[in-house]
Amino acid sequence: MSEPDLPVPTLLDLYRTMWRIRAFEDAAETASQGGVAAFGQAAAAQAAVRGPLHLSTGQEAVAAGVCAHLRRDDCLTSTHRGHGHTLAKGADPERMLHELFGKASGYCGGRGGSMHIADFSVGMLGANGVVAAGIPIAVGAAQSLQLQGIDAIAVSFFGDGAINRGPFAEGLNWAATFGLPVLFVCEDNQWSATTRTGTLSAGEGAAARARAHGVPARVVNGNDVEAVYGATRDLVAEVRAGAGPRLLHARTYRFKGHVSVDPAAYRDPAELQAALADDPLRRTHDRLLARGATAAMLAAAEHEARAEIKRALASAAAAPWPDAQAAFEQVQDQGAGTWR
Amino acid sequence: MALMSYAAAAADALALAMDADARVVALGEDLGRGGIFGQYRGLQARFGPRRVIDTPISEATIVGAAVGMALTGLKPVVEMRVMDFALCAMDEIVNQAAKNRFMFGGQGRVPAVIRMPIGIWSASAAQHSQSLESWFVHVPGLVVIAPGTPQDNHALLRAAIDCGDPVAYLEHKELWSMEGEVDARAAGEIGRARTVRAGRDLTLVSWSQAVQHCTAAADALAAQGIDAEVIDLRTLWPWDREAVLASAARTGHVLVVHEAVQVAGFGAEIAATLAEHSGARVARLGAPRVPVGYAPVLEAQARLSVPRIVERARALLERR
Repeated sequence: MSEPDLPVPTLLDLYRTMWRIRAFEDAAETASQGGVAAFGQAAAAQAAVRGPLHLSTGQEAVAAGVCAHLRRDDCLTSTHRGHGHTLAKGADPERMLHELFGKASGYCGGRGGSMHIADFSVGMLGANGVVAAGIPIAVGAAQSLQLQGIDAIAVSFFGDGAINRGPFAEGLNWAATFGLPVLFVCEDNQWSATTRTGTLSAGEGAAARARAHGVPARVVNGNDVEAVYGATRDLVAEVRAGAGPRLLHARTYRFKGHVSVDPAAYRDPAELQAALADDPLRRTHDRLLARGATAAMLAAAEHEARAEIKRALASAAAAPWPDAQAAFEQVQDQGAGTWR
Repeated sequence: MALMSYAAAAADALALAMDADARVVALGEDLGRGGIFGQYRGLQARFGPRRVIDTPISEATIVGAAVGMALTGLKPVVEMRVMDFALCAMDEIVNQAAKNRFMFGGQGRVPAVIRMPIGIWSASAAQHSQSLESWFVHVPGLVVIAPGTPQDNHALLRAAIDCGDPVAYLEHKELWSMEGEVDARAAGEIGRARTVRAGRDLTLVSWSQAVQHCTAAADALAAQGIDAEVIDLRTLWPWDREAVLASAARTGHVLVVHEAVQVAGFGAEIAATLAEHSGARVARLGAPRVPVGYAPVLEAQARLSVPRIVERARALLERR
């Protein structure tokens, strides 16, 4: 489906968001090397970002194009690969990096790290370490908004691997049954961890499964931020109008491995080269140039994003660790964190 | 005070909570018909299908949706039908509800009550009879409550709804028709045990329906000249260590009795605590480590009985 061209300022805003995500992911990737023992690498104690780090490099157009239509009071649930969604929903990259570094000043006080990045103050109700687990939470948030008469919607990002888990089927049926204001977004990067999703997924994919549950769905090129933006504009308008749930299936590609230290040697180098040639940032860059944006404007978008992340890296490195006592806090009120 | 069944007490407590706070909602299968045990009787007619929500048979989403509701300002009460079905929602209970507050650094709270009826319920066999309370006590973030009387089911359900934490709320399927006087204004206190009867020679610690077996066993022991104290823990996390340790100090002998499988049951935690912090002699009585069978003679092997409690109590007292 062809979308009318976006005006340059709108497209430039999307381009800036994409660059902020790319710069964030690049910095996190660099800071994570040696941070986890996996894929033949040993863990090095000096890595600033430790543990599994799932990068969304290459998938930026989906986060930017969808979240551009969300208000601060709309709710969002995300995945283990959730930095881009969190940034695009309005979180502060500095506090995000502090969290990835495990610092007390991070969004979760160092308790969560990359897989549990969240900023509830902008409606971002959490990344999740469990595939598909954010779907029922978003469905419940949507039902809650509906019950309370709050004019906001819920959005759940999940990957192509998630459509093979039960909560996806349950959530689609539930949202359709109750006519809930929720947008499901399948961010299809074609890989379920280190296995090609198509080899283990029957049928025609997320959109077909949604339609089988009575949930109207659109399929877009997830590397084309204008296509994502245009489809989401229509779907979100329908959801806000009370038409019930909708699903967006955005086809994109994961430039990196499953985690940051995974070289993804299991995939065909030609496949990666083809994907890199279709870099969503390059696509958007070229389109903006063709529509009259100047090279200086585009260079500034990248430069500003990289400078912002560079400052955040420095402050994250300098920030203090949490007190050990924080391990016992925010557990529960009744029978709070204790040895016994 | 009013005479109520254990099921009616729960329905009354939930109705009062829903009256008092518009944020309280209930969701689960067949709630509009009153729930399969009558513990929601009349609530949908009174509060409407938007607050007493009939859901699909989708346990993962019942609990997952409750997490989303709780994070956005509601106080959901969730029905799992029987505890065995809560196993279809273990990710949502253990990884989502229990850990949300901690892993997101206190940005959100999950004040959800997850009701999962426990226990052997005649001829219901291996998948409708389990008592898995120790699984939930093991999970940081959860509160675990197992009321044994209509009064406690009333007061502790209200306390659970108000406590602000995610709660595994375990009602016993063979207690639904139990009747008792209920003071609807009595406040339930999470973490406070009840001394059912005082005694000098031996302490029987239990919870839920097992308390009734212990009380009957205490009568049988009294006829043999043994004076048993009976403690109903009522809540398993937090649990009233002080009450148990104080009783152990008085009687010097503690038998923990529960319907759950004895191996790695919550009785093991109590026994270990007593071993570490008291000089009391300790023993446990739970079910053998077998699934609950269907035929009466098979089911009986997994049930507590007064003779078994008496036998174990006497063996403990005679141990040197």
